[in-house]
Amino acid sequence: MTELMPSGKVTAKIFPHPLNAWYAAAWDHEVTSKAPMARTIAGKPMALYRTRDGRPVALADACWHRLAPLSMGKLVGNDEVQCPYHGLRYNSAGRCTAMPAQETVNPSAMVPSYPVVERYRYLWVWPGDITMADPDLIPDMHQMVDPGWAGDGLTIEAPCNYQLILDNLMDLTHEEFVHGSSIGQEELSESEFRTRLEDDGSVTVERWMLDVEPPPFWRKNIRDRFPDFEGRVDRWQIIHYYAPSTICIDVGVARAGTGAPEGDRSQGVNGYVMNTITPETDRTSHYFWAFMRNYRLDSQLITTQLREGVKGVFAEDEAMLAAQQAAIDANPGHEFYSLNIDAGGMWVRRILDRMLQAEGRALAGSAR
Amino acid sequence: MTSSAQPDWCTGRVLATTPVARDVQRITIERPARGRAAPGSHLDVRVPVGDSTDVRSYSIVESDDEGLLLTISVLRVPQSRGGSTFMHSLVPGDALQVTQPLQNFPLRMGAPRYLLLAGGIGITAVAGMARALRGAGADYTLVYVGRSRDRMAYVDELAQLHGERLVLRVDDEGTPLDVAQLVRSVDAHPLRGATELYMCGPIRLMDAVRREWEAAALPPVNLRYETFGSSGWFQPVEFVVSVPQRQVQTTVRTDETVLEALIRAGVDLMYDCRKGECGLCLLDVDAVDGVLDHRDVFLSAAQKNCGRSLSTCVSRVAAPEGSSTRPWVSLMLP
Ligand SMILES: Cc1cc2nc3c(=O)[nH]c(=O)nc-3n(C[C@H](O)[C@H](O)[C@H](O)COP(=O)(O)OP(=O)(O)OC[C@H]3O[C@@H](n4cnc5c(N)ncnc54)[C@H](O)[C@@H]3O)c2cc1C
Ligand code: FES
Ligand code: FES
Ligand SMILES: [Fe+2]
Repeated sequence: MTELMPSGKVTAKIFPHPLNAWYAAAWDHEVTSKAPMARTIAGKPMALYRTRDGRPVALADACWHRLAPLSMGKLVGNDEVQCPYHGLRYNSAGRCTAMPAQETVNPSAMVPSYPVVERYRYLWVWPGDITMADPDLIPDMHQMVDPGWAGDGLTIEAPCNYQLILDNLMDLTHEEFVHGSSIGQEELSESEFRTRLEDDGSVTVERWMLDVEPPPFWRKNIRDRFPDFEGRVDRWQIIHYYAPSTICIDVGVARAGTGAPEGDRSQGVNGYVMNTITPETDRTSHYFWAFMRNYRLDSQLITTQLREGVKGVFAEDEAMLAAQQAAIDANPGHEFYSLNIDAGGMWVRRILDRMLQAEGRALAGSAR
Repeated sequence: MTSSAQPDWCTGRVLATTPVARDVQRITIERPARGRAAPGSHLDVRVPVGDSTDVRSYSIVESDDEGLLLTISVLRVPQSRGGSTFMHSLVPGDALQVTQPLQNFPLRMGAPRYLLLAGGIGITAVAGMARALRGAGADYTLVYVGRSRDRMAYVDELAQLHGERLVLRVDDEGTPLDVAQLVRSVDAHPLRGATELYMCGPIRLMDAVRREWEAAALPPVNLRYETFGSSGWFQPVEFVVSVPQRQVQTTVRTDETVLEALIRAGVDLMYDCRKGECGLCLLDVDAVDGVLDHRDVFLSAAQKNCGRSLSTCVSRVAAPEGSSTRPWVSLMLP
């Protein structure tokens, strides 16, 4: 008989994060060659900066000597950062290049340098085993830079474990309850959905709501494209999860009955909600999001309206996530139980658990 | 990944021991805890030395994916205070105290070109680097130097894995290493400023490479090395050390350091790394009869030539060629 995984295991409330993975550390514009900045990624404090020729660098944010934060230091030469305390200098590889008070440099002196790749308007860092850092593993977020799409986004400093955010995005029935005034509608929890594990290891959750009234957010969007729009729509939400923590959601509405479910979206509007969540600590996360659209590309007004609109919607999620994390911490003896709507989130948990196992950091397989 | 990890001691078990070259024993140790060994990392092992114990480091030549099985290779050292002798006495089933993999010699991925240089037992520190670079499809050459082939561990395995990328230089086969030519080959390459050299071997070899590297004005940070401790230019001999300021005079035995001898004699000295890196144990040389055998990496070549300071945790005094009198050195406290 096949041995089954103990069910208590993947419903861990404080989910550890894989280290052998690319995480978005910052928006491209946040990191400069003027001064280093501090950010903790996957539990590792990092000093982020750019070399004079613009190449991004991520060093451990603690000097080899007495652990002063390099992020408080200054950038010198072509690619170096100087410790703010006693002036040791490190190059972009983390090697100490100068010890001001002596003629030689101790060969052991170095700080870890993390692999960094700039892609899709983010800087991605790899906090784990550097020999495994393959840029091809960065999740596909091409809508962020594709000329066929326009939009913008922001960062939420979310006071919760990163997995709670993944749970939130993998099940959108919460929109009816959390986002009632903007995107929520009853048909969300009533409609059928399909959850599947794809051959490439991603997870898809697909939901169609046919012949429904568009909620306010979508009525505005479809009128941006078809100003005289009236009536009902076919609405879709197709969630794509890429390990460990990126979720791109294909969303939109089209005039009811014009063939959107069969693939003809010409009578509708299409957005992509781009989300990539970076664990900061066990109980805090950097949540990078953007809303991209493929119509009226040249309208900065629409870009700003959508960004501000989604910001308002996501503030409702943030409040719920903060309250949920607080309740989890206040009720240590209580466990999670699952519903059928959790299928997507449960696949995410299983995939993350497998990544942790591969790193020798399997979750404790406790029963409930 | 970081060099500053605290050692985490646990009881390991010897799984297998195999001789892999003259005086070199390959030892596979099973550890109860996982922890992947990155290229360049080593284990610390507790070894009996006299009636107490001390710590010795051994580079990890190979590890399984989960880091439960770690393989090291140990050279039997003639003047051993006990470490390598103990390691050679181990048989399968023996227990020993070991740490998790520790890292002081990390390999940076992503350089356009690498040169790895191993002298003798130093191959243990660079074998894993060569494997990782091969796995990553990097451009690398592994130069492996030894006195004679029967003393060189892993030659066949390395040849099989690295093919043309392995260059063997064997003294008694008439193909000794020409250090100047090796460094010239880096200097002449279009990627001269981006080539990283990682080396581990006897101090004479590494000193020679350092000198040529400096002379060629290649970037100092691209030269990375690990010293396996206190091998010097000369065989250790007994000598006398005195500190006139404290009216102290004592003999430094072959199995102890100046620092240890002076502390034994009651001089309160400052030190930290005890491997010639930090410079805290430096004392000024007042007078010397003999040759200063600088074994540290703290003093620059110019400072060593001028002979004003001595790194007491590693450096020694040797007898000049042909002399039979016992060397001595007089040191000054700061
Ligand atoms: C990071 C690192 C990795 C290492 N990896 C390996 C490895 O993979 N394989 C391996 O075989 N070894 C390795 N070593 C060396 C190893 O740790 C031991 O130093 C070696 O086994 C000798 O130990 P011992 O106790 O037998 O000899 P020791 O008694 O320590 O003698 C070692 C050498 O030091 C000289 N010496 C002895 N006493 C003194 C003194 N008082 N002052 C100065 N010099 C003295 C001796 O003549 C001899 O040449 C490594 C060392 C380091 C630091
Ligand atoms: S703490 Fe950085 S130089 Fe001292
Ligand atoms: S104690 Fe560090 S150089 Fe001697
Ligand atoms: Fe939401």
